[in-house]
Amino acid sequence: MNGKIRQASRLASASRRTLLLSLATQAASSFLIPMSASAQAEPVLTRPIPSSGEALPVIGLGSWITFNVGNDRVARDNCAEVMRNFFSAGGRVIDSSPMYGSSQEVIGYGLGKLSQAGLQTSVFAADKVWISSAARGRDQIEMSRQHWNLRRRFDLLQVHNLLTWQEHLPMLLAMKAAGQVGYVGITTSEGRRHREFEQIMESQPLDFVQVTYNVLDREVEQRIFPLARERRIGVIVNRPFREGALIRSLVRHPMPVWAAEIDCSNWAQLLLKFIVSHPAVTCAIPATSSVAHVRENMGAAYGRLPDESMRRRLIAYVEKL
Amino acid sequence: MSEWWTYRPSDFLLFAPRTYYRLFELYNAEVWPVHIVALLAGLTILVMMRSRAPWRGRLIAALLAACWLWVAWAFHWQRYATINWAASYFAVGFAIEALLLFWIGVVRDRLRFDSNRGAIARVGIAMFVFALMIQPLVGLLFGRGWLQLEFFGVTPDPTVVATLGLLLAANRIHWIALPIPLLWCLLDGVTLWLMNAADAFVLPGVALLVLLFTVRPSAARR
Repeated sequence: MNGKIRQASRLASASRRTLLLSLATQAASSFLIPMSASAQAEPVLTRPIPSSGEALPVIGLGSWITFNVGNDRVARDNCAEVMRNFFSAGGRVIDSSPMYGSSQEVIGYGLGKLSQAGLQTSVFAADKVWISSAARGRDQIEMSRQHWNLRRRFDLLQVHNLLTWQEHLPMLLAMKAAGQVGYVGITTSEGRRHREFEQIMESQPLDFVQVTYNVLDREVEQRIFPLARERRIGVIVNRPFREGALIRSLVRHPMPVWAAEIDCSNWAQLLLKFIVSHPAVTCAIPATSSVAHVRENMGAAYGRLPDESMRRRLIAYVEKL
Repeated sequence: MSEWWTYRPSDFLLFAPRTYYRLFELYNAEVWPVHIVALLAGLTILVMMRSRAPWRGRLIAALLAACWLWVAWAFHWQRYATINWAASYFAVGFAIEALLLFWIGVVRDRLRFDSNRGAIARVGIAMFVFALMIQPLVGLLFGRGWLQLEFFGVTPDPTVVATLGLLLAANRIHWIALPIPLLWCLLDGVTLWLMNAADAFVLPGVALLVLLFTVRPSAARR
């Protein structure tokens, strides 16, 4: 799978200038087709956002911890390289939050660097509002936009961990109505406040929810996923590897032999394909500061996905280890 | 703010250990040779603790307050806050501690050290020497590189331990100056514990030691 990505990158480099000329005419950068994706022999797997039909690649990029590197120039350049590989492999969704330290600024640094290098990205910019003061929500969003180095609106704004959601959510919905943000959502992680989360999903016109889901943490399958499908809400999945702990515990063990049947060459791809093969899931956002890992992760956005039978076998296999 | 109860300590560890230690590496390189100035300040404090000069308490307090102010501004505010938004609050806390030390020692001249000290005072002096001479090397034992070490007057941990040692060695307990260093010991211990650092026990251990000695009756200090 990495070979496919490398091949795609070579193709992308060769056709970069030609593509840039044609892409430059498209003013709405959020709807640009990723260069590499357009050059891939095999199309990147996408899922439609239920509320609009806009297609998103099933693998995104989180920034929790991994992109919070402060002013360390070497680490920032490394993150920019992660982003370059992410985009080259057809990725679009990048997610961050004001809670994540310098992550937003590092994303902005990366986008700026890639732009200076002539790489036209098609980032789907997803961020959050995370402040207890309702009155300061808009200011925080504007500050986040500046950190991201965005010259346009955010594609998605979410209420982070339901903090002051009663005030922030109406504000975000008003921004959406005014065309100041594309989509609106709410987030939680690691099973936090699911009952209240469901109530908001039932009562509010959300485009997205963001939850924790992985082969071992499957509580959201019971109520949140069915509710998301029923209410036509997109699902973004965070903590797909339990902050890396899941991968670290699994790499000691052999992958199931049938992993090759769904084009997985490593545990990361298998775990990600488990997630994005759930019909309720729009995309997963693994975070990494490693170029090798982002390439592995993006490999899960290509090839075959497991069916329900394989998903069950994977759960049984992992739970037995 | 009922939402805050839903967070766990791990939710506030915003950075990778690699990023944290790299912060020290870059900081040490950027502020060098402040380390030498800080070492000289520490040695001066040590000498002054044995001096009979009437202004020694004022000098010690002024030097120590300057160290806290430097750490507040140069480390917390300018560097640590780039990866941890809570560090701006740490900076305020360290600046307050600097003001408290200045108030106690310089303005009110209440920081005094008897020549005939008891066992607890000797423990305090030992803690100060540990912070000045040994604690910087502790990082090496736990896998840090030379460039990532922490120093008195430059980074928080040895500055906090030295201050607690000095407060323990003083004639009387200055309770008002204890909460911020003790709180830092707790925060530092939790941070390092969340990063699975082997030296996470050092500062909480120091805090426990200080609490053990300070809660004893003052008669026991003589």
